[in-house]
Amino acid sequence: MKKEELPQDESALKAMTRELLYVKDKEGKYTTGLSTGWEVKKAALDNAWDDIKERVEAARLAVKNGEKSPVYYFMELRLMDFPVLSGYTGFWTFNIKRHLKPSVFKSLSEKKLAVYAKAFDVTVEELKNFKG
Amino acid sequence: MEKEFKHIQTAHCENGATTSLLRYHGLDFMTEPLAFGLGSGIFYIHIPFLQVNNGPAISYRSMPGWIFSRTCKSLGVKVTRKKFGNNEAAAKAYLDQKIKEGVPVGCQVGVFNLPYFPPEYRFHFNAHNLIVWGKENGNYLISDPVMETVTSLSEEDMIRVRFAKGPLAPKGHVYFPENVKPVSKEIIQKGIIKGIRRSARDMLHIPGNIAGVDGIKYTANHIRKWREKLGPRKAGLYLGQVVRMQEEIGTGGGGFRFLYAAFLEEAHAYIPNDELLNISQDFTKVGDLWRASAVQMGRIYKGRINNEQSDFVVCADMLTEIADLEKQAFLKLKKLDLG
Repeated sequence: MKKEELPQDESALKAMTRELLYVKDKEGKYTTGLSTGWEVKKAALDNAWDDIKERVEAARLAVKNGEKSPVYYFMELRLMDFPVLSGYTGFWTFNIKRHLKPSVFKSLSEKKLAVYAKAFDVTVEELKNFKG
Repeated sequence: MEKEFKHIQTAHCENGATTSLLRYHGLDFMTEPLAFGLGSGIFYIHIPFLQVNNGPAISYRSMPGWIFSRTCKSLGVKVTRKKFGNNEAAAKAYLDQKIKEGVPVGCQVGVFNLPYFPPEYRFHFNAHNLIVWGKENGNYLISDPVMETVTSLSEEDMIRVRFAKGPLAPKGHVYFPENVKPVSKEIIQKGIIKGIRRSARDMLHIPGNIAGVDGIKYTANHIRKWREKLGPRKAGLYLGQVVRMQEEIGTGGGGFRFLYAAFLEEAHAYIPNDELLNISQDFTKVGDLWRASAVQMGRIYKGRINNEQSDFVVCADMLTEIADLEKQAFLKLKKLDLG
């Protein structure tokens, strides 16, 4: 890629920094250039976030309809998968999957609820009382 | 030892931490492409059956941490590393002590709670690297290699990012070079040769079909099946993930291929074999093709569900071509007589 071809599209990077890329100068030698973003990857990131929002909304509805426990909703809200949530809580994936059932969730001890609440960065009350 | 720490912006965080720390310790010749080449950073792997952020698990570089260790090892630089399990207090005390001694320290962190990252970039990625080089009014002074300027983190935020959990959890991991002695031109030349040989070996001969140049074909074959298997929308999201792994901040463009081309060009200054410049051109071409494949993939996922199987075939064919070109380029590197 030539330095003058380096895209300068607006992107979420704006709030943080311009990114550094390796490009060719006029003599054909490598140099670096700064870019504000590239619309091709911005579209990919936007799509990924649209997907996340849809997943969170689907999770909210699942809790509302009594199909899933609040753990499922907050897991999606915090972009967590089982390995990540397992890391934050210390619970086995097998047990987390059980805790996604509303019936099992209701019987969780305060201690376990507190562990989940900490992992999700919410209060125990917010977790317990989330109705979707 | 009161030396001034100088912030250097780089494409990739680990290259950047390596470059800044070694330069601080007097190795003024160090650059990002050189660190990347000495550490054999270029790679490709598509891990099957594993999902990252609900998409395919693809990487264009070698394992986190390897660039720093390999580069230091090839230059004869001793590295001190420390991890702290769950002991946050010990991790903080150790970092504070090193800062007090005036030693800039590399830190592995998770980005999910990194306050200066925009929300759009905060995923559970735990192998980001930054350098802590001082403390002022209770805040750590931070040199994050992907940033244009220096920044800072509160003590509380620092603990959170150093003790992010999940895959590749940093566990407070800190590292820094020690007793760095001057490095001769011969050692750098040897390091370059070793780095090139190791990359050629990894890309050409790693067993199995998911890594190295075979891994690129593996992805190409998956792309041919994605639309039928996952439906048009999800298949588009998967392509988006490929593009993000390849082009998002940190790769220097073209999935690290431009960075590798820059390394080969720089290697020529140490080992004046003109073939290095020719192969550097090959990697520039490959990088351009990776970018072109991203544009083609973008056309698909921008249209969301309005895509055709033939669009996916075009992408897969481009990746197959890239795999062949990379294979030829690495074969040339492997056969290169560098003395």
